[in-house]
Amino acid sequence: MKETVKERSPKTQQFRGEVMSWTLQNGVVELALHRVPCNEIGSLSLEELEKFAAALDDLESQAHALIIFSEMKPGFCAGADLRELYERSRSLEKSAAISGVRDFLTRIHAVLNRLDASPLTTIAAVHGVTFGGGFELALACDLIIADKLARFCFPELRLGLIPGFGGIPRLKRDLGNAVVRDLLLTGRSFNSTKAQQSGLVSQVVGEGEALRAARATAAQLAKFDRRTAIEAKRFIKPIPYDDLRREIDLFCELFSRPAVEAGLKKFVESTDAQPYLP
Amino acid sequence: MQTMENTLEEILNLAADHFKVARSKLSPDDDFFKVLRIDSLQALDLLTKLENHFHVELPDYELQGVSDFRTLAGRIQSRL
Repeated sequence: MKETVKERSPKTQQFRGEVMSWTLQNGVVELALHRVPCNEIGSLSLEELEKFAAALDDLESQAHALIIFSEMKPGFCAGADLRELYERSRSLEKSAAISGVRDFLTRIHAVLNRLDASPLTTIAAVHGVTFGGGFELALACDLIIADKLARFCFPELRLGLIPGFGGIPRLKRDLGNAVVRDLLLTGRSFNSTKAQQSGLVSQVVGEGEALRAARATAAQLAKFDRRTAIEAKRFIKPIPYDDLRREIDLFCELFSRPAVEAGLKKFVESTDAQPYLP
Repeated sequence: MQTMENTLEEILNLAADHFKVARSKLSPDDDFFKVLRIDSLQALDLLTKLENHFHVELPDYELQGVSDFRTLAGRIQSRL
């Protein structure tokens, strides 16, 4: 894997990976996602997220905030790499495929749990498509700042699955049950206005302005006593570890059914103009 | 009360503006995927623009099978 770690100085650190990069400057870590076409999360993304999670201990000692954003035009993240999931599943015997899925989920959960528990105040600056695993990445952050064209969705039901990266427990933590049911059971997408009305999104900003607004928010956070902010976050933000483990089990159980292979096949092989529409 | 014709015209104008296509090239019965040369991710952008403009919420499953501007206008109109 191509990566460069620029030499560390007290104030600035950088990492440039193939699908994501991060910088630390003036107390703010910025994690930029840049996998074509829309930051789909596959094995390479997971490897680089794990590198990022491993670097957090050091970064956290020098920062007060983390911003995650996308450099890809279509949006923040379209979710799991379904093509990779489909191809790997097809190439393996059933029990090996499920074991592989469980391993992937366990690893991505470890990353998102680490992010969720970070003492940094974390901000997802989102635009465009924020679907599935991408939505789950945003949900692991403390704040979501969305531009006017952001859309949020859990389309997993269309594939015979549930969200597997921790989305359900985190939604339950943050939103009313009726809204969670709407998102999960209809598989429809919410625009950023609806998401803000639901309590999901902290700020809605103009098209293309999410990163700027996130940076302004991060600058504001620098004024506060770090220890107080860390303790306040720990107090108000429980991490639903039991539900997160149960979600992995349920996902693996559902994954074993023929409906899932059929749903993945339909998505991957579709020449339809509308694979991202229900 | 907004008429269907007004709604349709506003949709065509919005689509032309957002995707930088000459308004004269768009007709109500055009397949908007083809004439705008967009995929489903970009169609979601259009959906968001329309929701924001008309102050409605349009569940994306209501777009199943919808690919022309006139039918899209009907869906929006039903929510006004």
